[in-house]
Amino acid sequence: MQRSNPSRLAKVLRRDKYLYLMFALPFLFYFIFHYIPIYWLLITFKDFSIRKGVLGSPWVGTKYIEQFLFDPYFWQVFKNTIVINLFNLLWSFPAPVILALLLNELRTGPLKRSIQTISYLPHFLSTVVVVGMLTSFLSSDGIVNQLLQQFGVGPFAFLTEAKYFRTVYIASGVWQAAGWGSIIYLSALSSVDAELYEAARIDGANRWDQMLHITLPGIAPTITILLILETGKIMDVSFQKILLLMNGSNRVVSDVIATYVYRIGITDANFSYATGVGLFQSIIALIFVTACNAISRRVSETSLW
Amino acid sequence: MKKNKSLGSRLFDSINVIFLLFVSIVAVYPLYYMLITSVSHGMAVMQGLVTFFPVNPSLDTFKILLRNNDIFIAFKNSFVYTLLGTFINLLFSCLCAYPLSRRTFSGRGFLTGMIVVTMFFSGGMIPLYLVVQSLGMMDTVWAVVLPVAINTYNMIIIRTSFQAIPESLVESAQIDGANDFVILFRIIIPVSRAVLATMVLFYAVSHWNSYFKEMLYLNTKSKYPLQIILRNMLVSGLFSEEATMAGGASSFSVTDGTLRSAVIVFTTLPIIMVYPFVQKYFVKGVMIGSLKG
Repeated sequence: MQRSNPSRLAKVLRRDKYLYLMFALPFLFYFIFHYIPIYWLLITFKDFSIRKGVLGSPWVGTKYIEQFLFDPYFWQVFKNTIVINLFNLLWSFPAPVILALLLNELRTGPLKRSIQTISYLPHFLSTVVVVGMLTSFLSSDGIVNQLLQQFGVGPFAFLTEAKYFRTVYIASGVWQAAGWGSIIYLSALSSVDAELYEAARIDGANRWDQMLHITLPGIAPTITILLILETGKIMDVSFQKILLLMNGSNRVVSDVIATYVYRIGITDANFSYATGVGLFQSIIALIFVTACNAISRRVSETSLW
Repeated sequence: MKKNKSLGSRLFDSINVIFLLFVSIVAVYPLYYMLITSVSHGMAVMQGLVTFFPVNPSLDTFKILLRNNDIFIAFKNSFVYTLLGTFINLLFSCLCAYPLSRRTFSGRGFLTGMIVVTMFFSGGMIPLYLVVQSLGMMDTVWAVVLPVAINTYNMIIIRTSFQAIPESLVESAQIDGANDFVILFRIIIPVSRAVLATMVLFYAVSHWNSYFKEMLYLNTKSKYPLQIILRNMLVSGLFSEEATMAGGASSFSVTDGTLRSAVIVFTTLPIIMVYPFVQKYFVKGVMIGSLKG
């Protein structure tokens, strides 16, 4: 490598010329839509205006960074992001594991296959459709409130009151993702040695013992890795869903960094400030993913990179 | 003892089956509810009378939708964006995956590294928006399909499957004088049909369901896809004045609620129709993805 002489390099390039040619379009894609935006992060430190461009806009140093770091509202949306994610992890993570364990106890056959197939279905519905359904079900004259009123309670303003926001967001997320998420656990379950169950049965272990001592240990590595990876995504939220669910009265809890960036940047055209907030989020996210990846490598010898 | 155990075991099995059937019902009921409310009388839906079966079924909502030109245009737009977008995805992903799958490719390590980096760090929403804007792509189909030309995760799945193809197949073609383009399009792609079919489905669904980038980049009504129409309905709470007027002749037979259900059904129908045939490919795709390459 360190003493690659030019003629050898030329030879290698000639040999791989078609591969490089082929790579031209993907290269342009990654360059234009991934690397140029990274370069454009510079505008965080400039007073960016579209007219002057990235290079022409004057430097302002850390003016915008300081601006949002000293803005209490920024810390509010920062906190919202973390809180939504922590609660979400608490519910969304175990749901597919439990579903997979229960599905695994079913005898293989058409019933099991149908239940599985049906459970994946919500995964393929669009965010807009899911929020549309939530509106139909949970609005003040929706079916849920109609039913509750027959029992003499309600109506509840599920979609507008701030205290219901996280529940609605997380519950609809579990509804949409649990089935799809169970696939990976089911595939891990299918590789658990069947002879172990045989041996356990001979030793008189009941179903519960088998689940506790064979099935769970069998998928424990998968659970560990996925838990660590999910924790690494602490800054990720389904902000596209939040954007549709957000309104004036639930904003105190529903406004997250991504929706804030969208509002400041796109709606108010305050590009430099919004880019700074976005950059801050990316850096925190990167630190989290890297840390979780390092933990994963140590714990389970499996990692993303 | 033995009898006792089998009784408990059987009890568990029954409860488990009942519970999982309940889960399946919960999974499909919302969609079913959309279907029955879309064909029910608007007033009955408002009074909460529609729960398991349509009440006073009629196709009024769908008649209004079909009379509405915006919906047709939006359906066509969704279709075009999905088709073009998926084609670009597939082409770019294969062109990217093949060189990276060749063990002898001199740029392999470096380029793979540069690509993987983008999975964990990006410029974010605003810089990408500004780049798209400065390229003059605003309000064109390109803004919707090109910035997502390659999903890196999907591309790596394709690369992994390309790597699994026996080297001898490529070598014998090389001896016959075939260049890499011929090898990719004549040998590698046909051999990888199953994986690529899965990718087509993943990509197509993501285009069909996408609304955010369309909302960002498109601002002419005639270019909106279905998801935007539905989104605007949710935001404004109304379908459109004219449509409601057109159907409003018979007292509340059609309401905003039933119209919304109809648009949801209409938007989701293509996915529901292909779902039974393709779901096994989706599952296969997740399996491939879980085996890291």
